[in-house]
Amino acid sequence: MIHIVVCIKQVPDSAQIRVHPVTNTIMRQGVPAIINPYDLFALEEALRIKDKFGGFITVITMGPPQAENALRKAVSFGADDAILVTDRAFAGADTLATSFALASAIRQIEKDMPVDIVFCGKQTIDGDTAQVGPGVAKRLGLELLTYISSIQSVDIDRREIVVQRRSEGGVQVLKTRVPCLITMLEGSNEMRFATMPNMIRAARTTVKRWDRVAAGIEDVTKIGLKGSPTVVSKVFAPSPKTVKAEIITTNRGAPDEIAAALLMKMFGRYPHVREELHKQPV
Amino acid sequence: MSEETKKPAGKKKFELDPALAEYRGIWVFIEHERGVAHGVSWELLGEGRKLADKLGVQLAGVVMGAPGEDTRRYCQEAFYYGADHCYLIEDPLLKDYRNQPYTKGLTDLVNAYKPEILLLGATTLGRDLAGSVATTLKTGLTADCTELNIDVDIRSLLATRPTFGGSLLCTIQTLNYRPQMATVRPRVMAMPPRDTTRSGGIAEQKLSMIETDIITKVLEFIPDQNTNKINLEYADIIVSGGKGLKKQENFQLIRDLATVLGAEVGATRPLIQSGWVEAGRQVGQTGKTVRPKLYIAAGISGAIQHRVGMDASDVIVAINSDPNAPIFDFATYGIVGNAMTILPALTQAFRDELAARAAAVPA
Ligand SMILES: Cc1cc2nc3c(=O)[nH]c(=O)nc-3n(C[C@H](O)[C@H](O)[C@H](O)COP(=O)(O)OP(=O)(O)OC[C@H]3O[C@@H](n4cnc5c(N)ncnc54)[C@H](O)[C@@H]3O)c2cc1C
Ligand SMILES: Nc1ncnc2c1ncn2[C@@H]1O[C@H](COP(=O)(O)O)[C@@H](O)[C@H]1O
Repeated sequence: MIHIVVCIKQVPDSAQIRVHPVTNTIMRQGVPAIINPYDLFALEEALRIKDKFGGFITVITMGPPQAENALRKAVSFGADDAILVTDRAFAGADTLATSFALASAIRQIEKDMPVDIVFCGKQTIDGDTAQVGPGVAKRLGLELLTYISSIQSVDIDRREIVVQRRSEGGVQVLKTRVPCLITMLEGSNEMRFATMPNMIRAARTTVKRWDRVAAGIEDVTKIGLKGSPTVVSKVFAPSPKTVKAEIITTNRGAPDEIAAALLMKMFGRYPHVREELHKQPV
Repeated sequence: MSEETKKPAGKKKFELDPALAEYRGIWVFIEHERGVAHGVSWELLGEGRKLADKLGVQLAGVVMGAPGEDTRRYCQEAFYYGADHCYLIEDPLLKDYRNQPYTKGLTDLVNAYKPEILLLGATTLGRDLAGSVATTLKTGLTADCTELNIDVDIRSLLATRPTFGGSLLCTIQTLNYRPQMATVRPRVMAMPPRDTTRSGGIAEQKLSMIETDIITKVLEFIPDQNTNKINLEYADIIVSGGKGLKKQENFQLIRDLATVLGAEVGATRPLIQSGWVEAGRQVGQTGKTVRPKLYIAAGISGAIQHRVGMDASDVIVAINSDPNAPIFDFATYGIVGNAMTILPALTQAFRDELAARAAAVPA
C-alpha cells in the first residue's frame, strides 16, 4: 500500500482581498479562506494514485486553528487522515521555518507508517514562493521533483516512479525512486467532486491537532519568527505614476483618423518604435 | 567597544558579525539549457553590477554544465554583461538539469568561496535550485523580486516583491545569515549593454559526485510543439486583449493587428481562464513579465496584477471605452473608444505605413 502525504495550506481568497486605501493594511474581514488552489492539483494527483494502486492519504497543514476547515474539505475529496500542526510558536514563520516544521511533522507521521510520496502544490497564492516544497524535500532527504505535469508510471514493487517535469522549452521525462517529493503543476488534472459518503466522513472525522511537541520539535529557535532568516522590513503601496496617458482625439473622432493621429504622434516622439516596426521583412 | 567607534546615541556604527563579514561579493547563477543561455542571467548581471558597485565588491558569474557544452562561452558572455570573474564547474553529470548534482555543486561553491549575495532567475530551473540551495545552506531566500537594492551601512540586500495578490509591495531582508539569496523573474530587470571589451578570470571547481550517487535519471526531453513559438517575454511588440473584447471571436482583431506588426499576442488572466487564449500568453503577476518597445492593450482595465507584468514597456497604447479606466493612469497614449472599431482602423493604419515603406524600397 502506498502512503501519500499531501501538504496543503489554507489561504485567503486573494481575489477578494482589499487594501485599505489610507492605511495600506490588508482588510481581511469577511475574506473567505480556501484551500490554496495549487494544492488541489497535488491532492487530486494523490487521489488518482490511490484509485489505481490502493493507498492511504494523509493531509497535513501548518496553520491557525481555523485551518482545520481546509483539512476537512480535503477529507471530503477523499483523503484518509488529517493533521493540523498548530502552535503559537509557529507564528511568523518564513519558508525555511515552515519547511522545518512540516518536515518534522512528516517524520512523526512516518513513525506510524512509512511515507512513499509527499505532494505539494507548485506555490501558494499568499506566500507565492514555491520554496516550501523544495525545503521539505531537502530536510527529509527525499528526491525532489518540481513542476510535475504528469505522473507517467508508478512501480510499487521496484519503488520506481516516472514523471514528466515542465522545464524551459519542453518536458523532461525523469525516472526516480520513492520516497520522493513532488510539486504538482497547475492544470495537470481537475479536482473531483466530493462524494456524499466522503462528505459525511469529513463531517465526522477528528482532525488531529499537533502542537510543537507532538510535531517532534524540540528546538524552538528553528521555528516561527526565530527560525526565519528573512524579515519583512517594509510593506508599502506601489507608487502611482504621475504622468497620465495622452488621450488621442480628433475633430470627427472617426477611428481611422484617430489611428492615423496616434501613429503620427507616436512615431514622432518615439522613432525607435517605428524602426522596430520596419525591421520586419517587406 | 573602542573609543573611536563611539558615536552619538542611536547612530552607533554598525559592525557586521565576523562570521557574516567573511562572505563577500555578489554571484549570479548563469542559467543555460540545451545550448541557450537564459536572458535572465544577463539581466541579473546588469542588476548585480549595480549592487556590487554600491558595496564595492566583485561580481561573479557561476556557470555549471557538461564538457562540450558552451560553458566557456557563457563565462565570456558573463564578462561582457558585467561579471568580473566566473566560477565554472564542468562535469558530464551536469548535462541535463537535475536537482541533486546542481544543488551539490552550487552549495559546495558557496561554502568554499562565500558570496554575500546569490541571485538566480525565477524560472522553473532557478526556483527549483534556489529553494534547494537555500534550505541546504539554511539561509534566507526571497522569491520573485521586482526590485533589488542595498542598505550599504549594514551590507544588507533589500529585496522587494509583490505581496497580497500584488496590491502591496514588501521589502525583505536576510540580516543574520549568508548568503542573502533572491530570485528575479525574466524581464523584470533591464538588459544591460553588452561590452565585448570586458574579460575576466575563470576559477574551475570539481563536482565531487559520481553518477551512481544520483538517484534521478533523465529518460528523455520532449521539446514543446507550439508553445515553443510563444516568445512573449522577449517580444519587442505585443498586442494584448482583455475582457472588453466581449466575445472570443473578437480576439481575432488582436491577432490581425499582431500579424501586421509582426508582434506577439498577449492577454489578461480572465481570457486565459475562459479558454479564449493559451496559458503561455498571460501577461501579469501570475503570467509573464514583458518589456517590449510597444505594448498595445485593448479592452484591458489595467488592474495592478496585469500592470506589474507590462509596466516597463517603452510605449503603452491603451484602447478602452471607459475614460476613467485605470490603464489610462499609466499608459503613454490613450484612445477612448470601442476596441472593435479602433482595432481594425489601427491595423489598417499600420498596414498603410508598412506598405508605404514597401513602395519606397526599389524592387
Ligand atoms: C492573485 C491574483 C493574480 C492575478 N494575476 C493576473 C495576471 O497575471 N494577469 C492579469 O491580467 N490579471 C491577473 N489577475 C486578475 C486581475 O486582477 C484583473 O481581474 C484582470 O487583469 C482584469 O482583466 P481585464 O482587464 O481583461 O478585465 P476587466 O477588468 O473586466 O476590464 C475590461 C475593460 O474593458 C473595457 N471595455 C469594455 N468594453 C469595451 C469596448 N467595447 N472597447 C474597449 N474597451 C472596453 C472596460 O472599460 C474595462 O476597463 C490576478 C488576480 C489575482 C487576485
Ligand atoms: N503552512 C503550510 N502548511 C502545509 N503546506 C504548506 C504550507 N505552506 C506551504 N505549503 C506547501 O508548499 C507549497 C509551496 O508553498 P510556497 O512556498 O508558500 O509557495 C504549497 O503549495 C503547499 O503544498
